[in-house]
Amino acid sequence: MSSILPHHHDLVACHECDLLQRLPGEQGRGRVRCRRCGCVLHHRGRDLVAAPLALGITALILFIVSNTSPLLEFGLQGQRDSSYLLGGISELYAQGMPLLASVVLFTTVIAPSLHIGLLIYLYLPLLFGWRAPGFVTALRMVQAVLPWSMLEIFLLGVLVAAVKLAEQATILPGPAAWSLGLLVIVLAAAATQVHPHRLWDLVA
Amino acid sequence: MTASADTAIARDLVACHTCGLVSRWPSPPRPVRCPRCGVSLHRRIPRSVSRTWAFLAAAIMLYVPANLFPVMQVTSLGQVRADTILSGAEFLLAHGMWPLALIVFVASILVPIAKILILGYLLLSVQLRSAARPIDRTRLYRFTEFVGRWSMVDVFVVSVLVALVHLGQVAEVEAGLGALFFAAVVVLTMLAARTFDPRLIWDNVDTDVRFAAD
Repeated sequence: MSSILPHHHDLVACHECDLLQRLPGEQGRGRVRCRRCGCVLHHRGRDLVAAPLALGITALILFIVSNTSPLLEFGLQGQRDSSYLLGGISELYAQGMPLLASVVLFTTVIAPSLHIGLLIYLYLPLLFGWRAPGFVTALRMVQAVLPWSMLEIFLLGVLVAAVKLAEQATILPGPAAWSLGLLVIVLAAAATQVHPHRLWDLVA
Repeated sequence: MTASADTAIARDLVACHTCGLVSRWPSPPRPVRCPRCGVSLHRRIPRSVSRTWAFLAAAIMLYVPANLFPVMQVTSLGQVRADTILSGAEFLLAHGMWPLALIVFVASILVPIAKILILGYLLLSVQLRSAARPIDRTRLYRFTEFVGRWSMVDVFVVSVLVALVHLGQVAEVEAGLGALFFAAVVVLTMLAARTFDPRLIWDNVDTDVRFAAD
């Protein structure tokens, strides 16, 4: 095992251009950008634990509604029926496209549920001043899973699909379409509230 | 931009990509872990250029069948219509849905091509040790990373239609091979953008840094 490296708590290195800089104090709000390339280094004046946790729990409720209620209601020549988010995935699988089904399953169900679940797992114990077991692994998983959670893109896909069918059939948005719309906003807010680097100052 | 900017690599420091802590890079170099969170430390993404090229090459190859094969087949009242990525956008335009047609055209045709061209250009500029316009090149990188995911919209359209139209007995929608190839292109270009290390752009600006971009 290597000896502990000397380190600097007061410095950050920009993750896009590597420039070393000191962060300003916690006074004030808003984004702190890299002096050289302009990428966002830091968000000041945010509630570090309560806000992400509240968003995580809201997202969990909306996620359950989105997966258990009808996404689109469909009327064609007197027949009425409704479809679910998971219905498309199982239909793709049934049509002999298991790979395509897994891509959709991962980006619309597994990645968002990991995002939401890990958010609650990380932040709920922090509210009581504990550090959840496997904290580092969970934090790395949140960072890794975030770009693959694509519910906002899926929602656009629902809209395009509804428009394509609108002249052949009657299409109405179901409860899941509305909750998905809210979930997208809540997840986007949650993604900007998670600051892995600052979490470390809290738990270290 | 000064020739010797105050970067972590120039000062023999390394930032942890998980927790952000800045540590001293050992000399001679050896595998080290972050003293705070225990993740293994790298000054740059390992083999960033060759891995990004590999993902990009695979994406370019699959881009051809993604556009040639239909993404779905619609059977309606005895008529069969096959939709490719391009004809899907044309359909929306022909039916007067030009805002949606524009979104679909940008997300599924413009963005994949732009992403492949931009990543190829960034890789070449890093390999040719270009020091020109680093801020603009960093912005191009940020653009590809942000916008790439949206190309997945066509795959989701197929997934929604397949579930929905199956319910009626009048029309049937079947997913086509094009959707699978297209999903693979989106995933591969996303992986390419994530393995590209934008700090390599700046290493050529900071002339005192001699870091091998393999």
